[in-house]
Amino acid sequence: MTTHPHPDEITAKRLAGLSPAPKPPHHGDAGHGDGTLIDTPGIRPPLVLNNRTFGEVTDIICGYAENKPPRWWHPMAAITGLMATMMGAFILYLVITGIGTWGLNNQVDWAWDITNFVFWIGIGHAGTLISAILCLLKQKWRTAVNRSAEAMTIFAVICAATFPGIHVGRQWMAWMLFPIPNANAIWPNFRSPLLWDVFAVSTYGTVSFLFWFMGMVPDLATLRDRADKRLRANPDGGALLLPFIPVRIDAIRAKVYGFLAVGWRFSSRHWHRYEAAYLVLAGISTPLVLSVHSIVSTDFATSILPGWHTTIFPPYFVAGAIFGGFAMVLLLLIPARELYPNMKDFVTTRHLENMAKILLLTGMMVGFAYSMEFFIAWYGGNEYELYCFQNRAFGPYWWAYWTMISCNVISPQLFWFKKLRTTPMVIFIISVFVTIGMWFERFVIIVTSLHRAFLPGEWGMFHPTAVDICIFVGSLGLFTHLFLLFLRFLPVFPIAEIKAVMPQASPHHHDDHQGGH
Amino acid sequence: MPRATGKVYVTEKGEAIHGILAEFATPAALYHAAEHVRDAGYSKWDTFTPFPIHGMEDAMGVKRTKLPVAVALMAFAGAGLAFLMQHWMAGVDYPLMHQGKPYSSWQAFVPITFELGVLFAAFTSLIGMLALNGLPRWHHPLFKKERFLASSDDRFFVCIEACDGKFDPDATRALLEKAGATSIELVEE
Repeated sequence: MTTHPHPDEITAKRLAGLSPAPKPPHHGDAGHGDGTLIDTPGIRPPLVLNNRTFGEVTDIICGYAENKPPRWWHPMAAITGLMATMMGAFILYLVITGIGTWGLNNQVDWAWDITNFVFWIGIGHAGTLISAILCLLKQKWRTAVNRSAEAMTIFAVICAATFPGIHVGRQWMAWMLFPIPNANAIWPNFRSPLLWDVFAVSTYGTVSFLFWFMGMVPDLATLRDRADKRLRANPDGGALLLPFIPVRIDAIRAKVYGFLAVGWRFSSRHWHRYEAAYLVLAGISTPLVLSVHSIVSTDFATSILPGWHTTIFPPYFVAGAIFGGFAMVLLLLIPARELYPNMKDFVTTRHLENMAKILLLTGMMVGFAYSMEFFIAWYGGNEYELYCFQNRAFGPYWWAYWTMISCNVISPQLFWFKKLRTTPMVIFIISVFVTIGMWFERFVIIVTSLHRAFLPGEWGMFHPTAVDICIFVGSLGLFTHLFLLFLRFLPVFPIAEIKAVMPQASPHHHDDHQGGH
Repeated sequence: MPRATGKVYVTEKGEAIHGILAEFATPAALYHAAEHVRDAGYSKWDTFTPFPIHGMEDAMGVKRTKLPVAVALMAFAGAGLAFLMQHWMAGVDYPLMHQGKPYSSWQAFVPITFELGVLFAAFTSLIGMLALNGLPRWHHPLFKKERFLASSDDRFFVCIEACDGKFDPDATRALLEKAGATSIELVEE
């Protein structure tokens, strides 16, 4: 086909430092250089741009954890850290004073606490979806985003778990959520969805963490080996942790990363079991991620309250969770790829486009759910149900309802245009809208259903207090702060997985790899 | 590990030998080398790659892992335990009437049964994978070799261990040379 020398030979020479990087033979015409999909089937755009070698991939990704953080990192970490501290302070105030400091009243006895809980736990779903479901579907593009999405999942679950923990009134009794023998000799009520929720969320948090940790083991070993190599090359030099204290950063890195890497030594026999275990985890996480938000939705659906008592809730909640979660992944990754050097080689426009398409799809799914709820409210002939939905759209909370509709249903429709779904700025703005819309979706479901239930004499309104607002804003700070720490200290991309999807990783790699094998 | 033949190889300094380490530049080169070593009949050997190479277990003749079976068993054990726990706590130990439902209503126990099954399976797959791999093991003779650290970056290695019954310093080295290794060295225990 061409007169190029054999690629193995080129790679061998190049890796040994004997020849410069070859010009890519085909990649120039695959996509437009930014990795976006093109119309010719059979030509796949590269997943890693700029024809990187394995060594460059290692250097770039480890560099994020090894080099000095960018200039914006410290102020950002300080601000978000302060926000997280504020959250802690207001939680302390809440525990000391009682949940009367929230704007709850006799009619609206669940409001921002559970709205925030469902908002955060929903955001967590994108991480597991990317790491588990896309893994089973052999979507190789997931490798660029799965690590950060999994990290995001864990941080979102941490934020989510806070709210039910503090909304119980006597927070020091929260341990009674778990079936632990206690002085009254009674057990939790296993027939209640609220208890299912305890098990679903704690299982979800644990399994997501195990998945994340297992994926990171080889990459932590890479960081360990690099620190070790620098120590061997320069036993008496290297940056100190703090001035005048003779502890070197690389020594700490080698110890900490080394401990966490459990002695991983990249053996193929180990990889074989590792891949089997990873696939098994993906297989069991897939029903898990679908179950978690289904169970969250039963908190509402098994009650008799109009607006909650519907069978559409589980799939509707799951679609909404994936929708909101992908928006959050994009919110985090689009700024990160602008701010960090070379990140665009891994998170290409194609990745953003794929995720924008998922937003479009799941946005239409939630739009369908909204309209189906309305249809059933009318078709079901239950006057309370019908009133509830009329009240949502045209009652005192109409602004919340129409915010939700315009953010969640209308704004993603812009992604029908290829130009818009490949422009990072547009995707970012729509992701902001979707995140706002998904918070309002939970607010609408919870507050508008509660504030006018069966007895008109009890009708009321909910007004958030400063404690409500500060705890929620603080949780945004906590989430961002944890993500900044992740960007600073851990492997942001799965180094081994990215290498495995590069064309030269195939043991049968040869020049005409576009013509089939 | 004692050798089948009972013979122990040591370096000139008298240190016991762990094995011979050979480096390769590309996945393809390593893949073919692995086929050579497999066909030569070695059993105590391994390859080291920065990422899992597709089809490597065939090139090495590694049998499929039993890990998924263990995971499935533990998943059912976890689910069974969860169901029994709920039945016993809600229906036997302290039955309390809630919401007019039967004390032990299996339908309501399904979500927690499922979740604990998943939890047990997840722990088994991580811990089982590490245990079968002999990890955590923070020290290994190979880590002493600076060259070996590149296995986490962009180099590919074969290590044939001295405890293999077929190990012979000269013949094994010759085999790896023939397979196209770019460098070969001894690894001390």
